[in-house]
Amino acid sequence: MAGSRKPRLGVFKFASCDGCQLSILDCEDELLAIAGAVDIADFREASRAVLDGPYDLSLVEGSVTTPHDAERIKEIRAQSKALVTIGACATAGGIQALRNFGNVEEYRRVVYAKPEYISTLATSTAIADHVPVDFELRGCPISKVQLLEALGAFLQGRAPNLPNESVCIECKRRGNVCVMVAHGTPCLGPVTQAGCGAICPAFNRGCYGCFGPQGTPNTASLTSQLKVLGVASPGVQRLFRTFNANAPAFKAASEAVLAEGKST
Amino acid sequence: MTEKTIAVDYLARVEGEGALKVRIHDNKVEEVQLKIFEPPRFFEAFLRGRSYLEAPDITARICGICPVAYQMSSTHAMERALGMKVGGPIRALRRLLYCGEWIESHPLHIFLLHAPDFLGYEDAIQMAKDYPDAVKMGLALKKVGNALMTLLGGREIHPINVRVGGFYRAPTVGELKEFRPQLEHALKLAEETVRFSAGLDFPAVEEDYEFVSLRHEHEYPLCEGEIVSNKGLKVPQDRWDDVFEEVHMPYANALQSVRKGSGTSYHVGPLARYANNRDHLTGRADELARSVGLEKVVRNPYKSIIVRAVETVYAVEEALRIIDAYQRPELSYVEPPAVPGTVSGGAVTEAPRGILYHRYRIGPGGLIEDAKIVAPTSQNQKRIEEDLRHLVERSLALDEASLTNACERAVRNYDPCISCATHFLKMDVQRD
Repeated sequence: MAGSRKPRLGVFKFASCDGCQLSILDCEDELLAIAGAVDIADFREASRAVLDGPYDLSLVEGSVTTPHDAERIKEIRAQSKALVTIGACATAGGIQALRNFGNVEEYRRVVYAKPEYISTLATSTAIADHVPVDFELRGCPISKVQLLEALGAFLQGRAPNLPNESVCIECKRRGNVCVMVAHGTPCLGPVTQAGCGAICPAFNRGCYGCFGPQGTPNTASLTSQLKVLGVASPGVQRLFRTFNANAPAFKAASEAVLAEGKST
Repeated sequence: MTEKTIAVDYLARVEGEGALKVRIHDNKVEEVQLKIFEPPRFFEAFLRGRSYLEAPDITARICGICPVAYQMSSTHAMERALGMKVGGPIRALRRLLYCGEWIESHPLHIFLLHAPDFLGYEDAIQMAKDYPDAVKMGLALKKVGNALMTLLGGREIHPINVRVGGFYRAPTVGELKEFRPQLEHALKLAEETVRFSAGLDFPAVEEDYEFVSLRHEHEYPLCEGEIVSNKGLKVPQDRWDDVFEEVHMPYANALQSVRKGSGTSYHVGPLARYANNRDHLTGRADELARSVGLEKVVRNPYKSIIVRAVETVYAVEEALRIIDAYQRPELSYVEPPAVPGTVSGGAVTEAPRGILYHRYRIGPGGLIEDAKIVAPTSQNQKRIEEDLRHLVERSLALDEASLTNACERAVRNYDPCISCATHFLKMDVQRD
């Protein structure tokens, strides 16, 4: 019966808000079909039942922030034929990567009465910083449409067909008025990867970059424009330092703003 | 002398990572620990130095299951700090968005996480093979909640439309009216959910809880009201720190909130809201609670599934009322005043799983100087341990697997959100 075995799916969580895993349960129209197409081998948020690996496909949510998790991801990788990271925590370290720019010892003291009870690493890092990753789904949270495309692609053994363009292109397609040109609203759309459907500009606000940097982002040019719009250096830096603060292009942009701030 | 440990290394069907440890010595329960090993993410630390305007988007990321709760507690706290008053249609839209979160979160827990315990399945997917209509009903209902959040918030997880003072964009009357048929359909499903959940078998257990929730003068609470309990507590929201305090247990990456002074536990969530606000349930929610024989105060934690269903009916009806009365505001938000100096403010709102407290101090430049966030599951943690202790004391004759299963069930009664509390469970039962 080995030939008719359904692909085995694992869903694993690291430091995160659980929102990207919830996106699976939020596929209300497709959930039972997904459950029919794969054997859900390990998905603790949804089931007590656990099947051993190896897994044909592992979806990994969250970032690596503890010594234990740095080891656990290696075990999951070893058990996974394909490993897809889901969401900004897994692909860039998430909002908790703000610690990378601060002092984690101080953080521990701020939050916990007994900091000695807490075991944590000084950094929050992407899964790809620890093990090879086959595909990344961006977003804080991921898009359900992109998740279904990626699941379908892996089940059919083809590459996912997902855009690598900027939010600006989605904005044009949606027919949004450009919030930066028309209203002077600071917007990360020009440097942010598409996938959300340009929802922020459609709601009269600037993009805050939750899908992370697009392939070839001109962050220096955007930084200049943000300053023209009256955003001071610390404000520009905060814009780049949210849910994808540790993504290389956004990290470099935020550090460039700081360096410039010091020299002037 | 026999010593025994029951251990659940990774609690399933809860949000986040937690474990459970129970140590039994000579048939006496020595120790019960709800261990939260969800890694710490230090929100209160990195909020320092961020603009107060960023708090709704940043704190939403504490929890993908109840982001609206974080957005609502943070905006209300900032507005209290700045002395802002937000009323009229903007206030109504906030309640509407929160109804969306309740209509999504409650059915998620009822059908996908909790019902499998009552019907004897490992998960809802297995349950769907024998109860396809129930699971499909739950998914359809939850979908309406998600659609409502998407309509108002741009997307269901981490909505993008909430800001201090209100919204970036207010929906048109037409957009909301168009949504009415979906809510009318959801009302039928929610009513059926009450009958479904009331038809389950419940263990005969009652606990003497201190039920803590908000209570508003005129309505079932979401964003406003005083903090009250069935044991005489009644204080305004800004007196939180006078009546509660957090303690750090060595086995957890989460703080436990207890009553200040006595150090006693309390219970937040649907059972508490319902006990303190039963008189504010009107219409179909009231009729259904009566028709299924739900007591005015429900002390059986397993019956929280029925109360969640009744609250879902309420949320759908309330959403319909808000839509029918809606008039689009001229401005979608109240402009915050310049930060006058160092100011602070705290606010409490009703997340689906219980009250959520945020308190901030903001400096003259508008940057956050100090943040404190107390999630519902941190508040229920001590009470969950007490429920577990009573359960194990009653169930010592059970074999290991049955006892472990029973403990997991008792935890799931609370719809715990460990991501929130770590800012939760692996079970470990030791019999000595």
